[in-house]
Formats: sequence, C-alpha cells, structure tokens
Amino acid sequence: MKRSRLWAWSLFGIGAAYFLIPLIATFEFSLRMRRGAYSWDAYAAVFADPRFQATFSYSAFIALCTIVVGILLVVPAAYFVRLRLPHLRPIIEFVTLLPLIIPPIILVFGYIRLYNSSSWLPFTGSALATDLLLVFAYATLSLPLMYRAVDTGLRTIDVGTLTEAATILGANQVTILARIILPNILIAVLSGAFLTFAIVMGEFVIASLLSRPAFGPYLQLIGANRAYEPAALAIISFIITWGAMGTIQLLARFAPKTAARID
Amino acid sequence: MAEQFLSIEKIVKSFGGNTVVHGVDLGFGKGEFISLLGPSGCGKTTILRMIAGFERPTAGRIVVEGKDITHLSPNQRKIGMVFQAYALFPNMNVADNIGFGLKVAGIPRDKARARVAEMLALIGLSGFEKRFPFELSGGQQQRVALARALAPRPRMLLLDEPLSALDAKIRVSLREQIRAIQRELGITTIFVTHDQEEALSISDRIVVLNAGKVEQFGTPFEVYNRPASRFVATFVGTLNTLQATVADAAKKTVAIDGQVVTIPALPATARSGETVALTMRPEAIAIANGVPRDIVLDGTVSEVNFLGSVIRLKIDLGANAINLDIFNDQHTPPPAHGTPVRIGIASGDVLVLDG
Repeated sequence: MKRSRLWAWSLFGIGAAYFLIPLIATFEFSLRMRRGAYSWDAYAAVFADPRFQATFSYSAFIALCTIVVGILLVVPAAYFVRLRLPHLRPIIEFVTLLPLIIPPIILVFGYIRLYNSSSWLPFTGSALATDLLLVFAYATLSLPLMYRAVDTGLRTIDVGTLTEAATILGANQVTILARIILPNILIAVLSGAFLTFAIVMGEFVIASLLSRPAFGPYLQLIGANRAYEPAALAIISFIITWGAMGTIQLLARFAPKTAARID
Repeated sequence: MAEQFLSIEKIVKSFGGNTVVHGVDLGFGKGEFISLLGPSGCGKTTILRMIAGFERPTAGRIVVEGKDITHLSPNQRKIGMVFQAYALFPNMNVADNIGFGLKVAGIPRDKARARVAEMLALIGLSGFEKRFPFELSGGQQQRVALARALAPRPRMLLLDEPLSALDAKIRVSLREQIRAIQRELGITTIFVTHDQEEALSISDRIVVLNAGKVEQFGTPFEVYNRPASRFVATFVGTLNTLQATVADAAKKTVAIDGQVVTIPALPATARSGETVALTMRPEAIAIANGVPRDIVLDGTVSEVNFLGSVIRLKIDLGANAINLDIFNDQHTPPPAHGTPVRIGIASGDVLVLDG
C-alpha cells in the first residue's frame, strides 16, 4: 500500500516538475530585467507599451464577437441535431472536428483565395470586413471546443421532454431556446466561451496572415526583438488562460441542478 | 353520458413500415376521466402524443369540440400535459414553472401571480413558490407539473404515466388527489397507464388497447366483470381457467370433474363433446363451507399468499389449478399448505371466452 503510494507521488512529482520547472524558470527570468535584483520592470514595460494595450483590447473584442457568433451558430445547431436529427450526430461531430485536422495556415490561405479583394465576396477589401472574416475564422477554429461543450451540456438535460413540456404550454422554438434550453446549459456554454477566449487571445497564424493588429502577432514581434518582455508576456498569457479555466470551474458550481430529492 | 367532446376518428399511425395504431375510433365526453390501458407497445402513448400534437397521424383525424385539430401544432391546441419524467424546468423555481404557460400567453403579471397562488393551493404546496425542482420530492415535483399543466386553463388534460416513477404509497395518494382535482375542475382528462389497478380505481371509462387496436371501451365495472375478449380478461385482473367438456350444447351443460352443470354463458357455437375453457375471477370462487354453489370441486391448498386484507389461495384440482381470494379474519388463520378443501363456484359467474 505504502509502496504504491510512493510510486503515485513520484509520478505526480515528475509530471508536476515537467510543467512547473519551465514556468518557474520563465517567471524567474521575467523578473531579472534590472541588473542584480529581481523587479517587475519587464511587466511594467509590457503594460506601458501602447501596442500591448491596443493589441490586447483588439483581440479581447474579437474574442467576444467570436463567442457571440459561436453561441448563435452552435447552440441552435446542437439543439436541433439532438432533438430532431439524432442520426446526423456522427456527421456533425466529424464536421466540427475538421478545424483540428486542417491547420490554420490552410484555412487562412483558403480564406484569402476565396475572399480576396477581386472576388465577388471581398472580405479582405476593407479593415472592417477583414475583422469580420477573422471572427468567422476564429468561430470555425473554436468549433470543436464550443460544440463539445454545448453538446455535453445538452446531454445533462432531457432536451426532448423539456421541449415538449414547454411546447404544450404554448411556447415557440425561440422562447424554448432562450428561456429553457440556454439557461440550463449556460455553464457549458460559458465553458466553451472561455476556451474560445483563450484560443483567440493567443492565435497567431490567421491574424498575422490577415494583417490584423491582434495580440498573437504582437507576442511574436516582442519575442523576436526583446529579451525579458517575452517572458513577462508568456506569464501574462498563462494567467489569462488559467483565469479562464478557473472561471469555468467557479461557474460550474452554479449550474442548475436536475436531480430530484429521493424520499 | 356527457356530450361528445373529443373524437378520435379512424386514426392510424405508422413509423416506417411498422403500424402501431390501427384505425382507432373513440369518442370521449366533456369532463370524463378516461384511461388508456394496455401493455408496453400497445399504442396508448402514441395515441396520447397524437392528441397532444407531438405525433402526426398517418391517417384519420382528431376532433375537439367539433373542430379538427389534427394538423394544429401542439402549442396552439390549448392542452395541458403531465409527463412521466416530471419535466419541470430545472432553471426555474416552483412559481416560475407554474407561471410559465401564463407568461407565454402574455397574462399580466399580477393576474399570473394570483393564478400561481391558486394552483399552489389546489395542489397543497402553498409556501413552496421559491423552491427549485431539485429541492422537491418526486411526488411534489409531479404535483407542481400538474399545477403547471392546469394553470393556463387548458380545455383538456393529458397524463402520460404520471405515477410510474413514484413509490407505491405516494402513487395511491397522488392518484386520489389527481382524481379529486379533476372532479373539482371538471376537466376532460386522458390518463395513460399500464397499471390495471390504477385504471380501474381512477377512471370513468377505460380504453383497453392491445397491439394498436381497441379491445374494449367501457366503465371499470364492465371491463372487469364483462371482458370483451380473452386479452381483456387476462390483462385486467386475475383469471382462473378450468377445462370442461360440453355435455349438451343445446342445454348449455358441461361436465367438470364428473359433475354436469349448466353454464348460462356457454356460447351458441359450442358443440357437444368439445373441450371448453371456463374462466372466473378469484373472488367468484368460495370455500364451500355451507355456501350453496352449483359447481363443487375438491382439491388441496398448494400455495397461501397473505396480501393483507385478502388472502389468495392456490388450489390444486388435479388437472386444473385455480386461485381464490378469501377475506382475512384476524381470529381464523388461513388454511395451511396441503389442507384438503372443497370449493364452490356459482355457474352464473363463469365466463366462456373465445380467442
């Protein structure tokens, strides 16, 4: 018993060290900007950089737009597939997995070819339209995570019976989606939303090739030209991602409870 | 009988090539409590779902108060429904669940609030407004589901096995409460169940279904005492069968265990010398201790089942075995296993079923 416990703790320690040592080293390095003493100078330099503020705000806004597009696209689709077309679920699952199989570089070259300024749908013709294209691209990129999060949420409720119960009470499909289905899978939707946020904040390839002033290209630019600031930015990115994950865990506590009391 | 309120006319339902409801014709009066009774897969829930509008009939039509509602969507039918799985909205508290239909219908908030309070009083859950479904027991959840279905004043109430998920004691008390509320409101109610005791105790009339067809439609008394088919006789209640030989078909006499007795229910198609199956309910048989019965048979007690107020005895008659019920008498213990007994049956209680 004691021996197996020792093994378990050893394996856990190796795994933790694998993840934590590079992180601690990066953090320690980010504090060494001032010669001979630890300081937050690298962080101060990053936060003071107007390009950081501009790119961070831009990416955060694009991430919010992506989340809205993702919810509008995925929630009704997953709901109707589960309710009316369950036999199509394997096909839909395969389609939603495609963004994981097709590299973003292929996706963005496809976009540029299809929607260039001389095409009949010239998305890349103006900054606003390109932003829109970026949102759609990110919605596609986050589809595997968003769809799975929403589908998992739908699995926890009896979609068919709740829909029928609301329908017989006079509700239409929009009311059912807005007042019954969405509130009951809100935590799952928010999980998908935070994962989407984390992906968009760090994405480089699509934003760079569409020439948009996003946070990902800024990270790359700083990484190529500075010593201590990239380490500080890496730690900031980690904090954003972990913050998103932590919020998911926190929100899960507020999920509507479906189980009946047994007595 | 009340005026015709709901008519189901030659309704057929097929899923792919599989027909589950075969041309069912039924008519229900206003304010009636009707049970659709049958085994799993007999089509009872499919008929209910067609009335609700969740399934579209393959053929036939459904008429309510003279209007054809066959092609009306469920949210336009003004029907209330209670589901087996409660189906309360988990994100809403009790008051919001009950008020959902009123909110959807655009009822002003103060009127809706008053109606919710009225419904809560009706189901005996006043003070539970702020509780969420997960804070309620199964019986309480189902009462809230009933209140939610009744709140928008539907013209008809559909109950899809609402008691199946509850334990035995709550089932009995809730079915009594459902019946009392139904009587108080006078609402036409269709209740789907596979439990014959439930159907017999609660209904004005029962539709017994088998393989998508109506076997019998009648009052609980008719269905139990005058079953229209062998299926009804065996599905509703317990039935004993005795093999007998027709002695004289013209005189309606049969020979059982050496005795020749007259069976008034012997059909005209019976022929002398053929074997017929005589059937009777357990309560139609008595231990023949002085009670005059025209069929008397000797046997031994092979099983004793104490059911509380009633004791069911299985009597071995050699070629036949029958069950009979006697009332529990706290001063007299039931006959022990192996005790020889003489039983008596009134020939007028004997049914001869074909099919």
